[in-house]
Amino acid sequence: MSQINTANMKVVEGSYAVAHAVMCCKPDVISAYPITPQTHIVEHLSQMVANGELDSEFLTVDSEFSALSVLVGASAMGARSYSSTTSQGLALMYEVLYNVSGMRMPVVMNVANRAMGAPLNIWNDQQDAVGARDVGWLQIYVEDVQEAVDATLQAYKIAEDPQIRMPIMVCMDGFVLTHVYEPVELLDKELASQYLPAFQPEKILDPAKPITFGAFADPSTYTEFRYQQFDAQLKSMAKIEKAAKEFEETFGRHYGGLVDSYFADDAEVVIVTMGSVIGTIKDAIDAMRKEGKKVGLVKVRSYRPFPVQALRQALKGASVIAVIEKDVSIGAEAGLVTDLKSAFYNSKIRMPIIGFAAGLGGRDITIKDIRKIVDKAEAARKGIESEFEFLDLRTEIL
Amino acid sequence: MKEIRLHGRGGQGSVTAAEIIAVAAFADKRFSQAFPAFGVERRGAPVMAFARIADQPIRVRSQIYEPDYVIVQDVTLLDVVNVASGLKDSGKIIVNTDRPAEKLKLSTKAEVITIDATKIAMEILGRPIVNTTMLGAFCGASKEIGLDSLNKAISERFKGELGKKNLLAIKTAYERVS
Repeated sequence: MSQINTANMKVVEGSYAVAHAVMCCKPDVISAYPITPQTHIVEHLSQMVANGELDSEFLTVDSEFSALSVLVGASAMGARSYSSTTSQGLALMYEVLYNVSGMRMPVVMNVANRAMGAPLNIWNDQQDAVGARDVGWLQIYVEDVQEAVDATLQAYKIAEDPQIRMPIMVCMDGFVLTHVYEPVELLDKELASQYLPAFQPEKILDPAKPITFGAFADPSTYTEFRYQQFDAQLKSMAKIEKAAKEFEETFGRHYGGLVDSYFADDAEVVIVTMGSVIGTIKDAIDAMRKEGKKVGLVKVRSYRPFPVQALRQALKGASVIAVIEKDVSIGAEAGLVTDLKSAFYNSKIRMPIIGFAAGLGGRDITIKDIRKIVDKAEAARKGIESEFEFLDLRTEIL
Repeated sequence: MKEIRLHGRGGQGSVTAAEIIAVAAFADKRFSQAFPAFGVERRGAPVMAFARIADQPIRVRSQIYEPDYVIVQDVTLLDVVNVASGLKDSGKIIVNTDRPAEKLKLSTKAEVITIDATKIAMEILGRPIVNTTMLGAFCGASKEIGLDSLNKAISERFKGELGKKNLLAIKTAYERVS
């Protein structure tokens, strides 16, 4: 957070703060199915609609598949559309996720990141969203409740940009951010409306002027559809930066655009991560800096599009990189560490990069854990012993 | 930064109590954070909630392992949970019980404070819901949150007659431990 003005802050639950932000975005249609730990977000929204605070059509449905399918229809009609889900709910949406992005519908969805079953686990990690990195949606990961609020508003601005027209997931760690009470500045409705003008779609379903969305594409055109999505994601990088900058001009808060950094400039060991563990890492860095350790952080805010150039720029001076992430690509490594390595391969940037799967299924990540990772990273400068590992693996129960 | 861990059983309002600490501390112009030990909530099962108070914005999000204060809403938890685990020697633990502190045999060097919050709650609220009474005791014993701010936070949460009764329960507990 670039500046703290406590005058307008209030201690509220993360889910309420996000629901309030959604209200300020004035979606025409909301459709969602309740699932832990997302439930409070949609409960608050349902209440806001019921008591007249929010003039939206709130459609209750039988499943997440239906929730997102409803928004395909709504968005095609030119409605600003919103949903929220997590974990198994996101998985149940999978087919529709591709339809929404393929039909270039600027739907915004808060994902309250949670582990995937089996085994059943309701706690936080980011396997759900990282597993859906290739579905064509933009993905922004936030570090605290204030950023979840602010990124939700920014998301509509990016998604609805005529040059982009892509759906966005605003990913916030389930429970850790959805259920925390902390001081937050709720969005000012007037300012939010100034920042985010009404959605103006170019093409909508209209009986007077019939067109088709998501029609058949044979081999002669399918590649071009995919290319256009790909191109729009690359173009969205500038829009993400612009949305963050304009947000700062209006609201005075900034979290980085595609990436952000903390003491990374002169750091020898740089941690790369995304999500709510960043706060704990920042405290660990402050403590280690006092001891003379040159440790820094680069936060990946936009995971899709993956900001290759921004990461090269932010990380070129590091002697060693430790990637901490709450997901695993079973049979390979994990999403972020693999993407980061591939971003560097065709550049001249060379340093050891090691990966850690941490915080899976809600396992707590402490400052001590961060110190342990930094120690391992320092050791890796002399030679990599382990390219990728599960942090704090309980070998005694294996 | 001061860290507070609350132990209770599902249904005793431990999470609400942590939230109220955060609201009251912020009203005192300090920064605060409150969150539950996320679990599958069941009535009667041991639960934990956490709160942090600091003069700077709070960034750390791990659970609390070395608290400055521990609040125990239900003395029967002492048989099943190590409630004093990691409690700082300079800290305080406040237990709802009718027994004196020395009878509890807690393994801690921290100050042990006991209060019969159940009795106070039964007399004033007519129900054995002790979370607000325990907040009064925490406020009196720790002075980490101001009584006025606590009263304000309680009044926002509990309206009307219920609010008034809770304020009285807080005052009673506050005075008993101060």
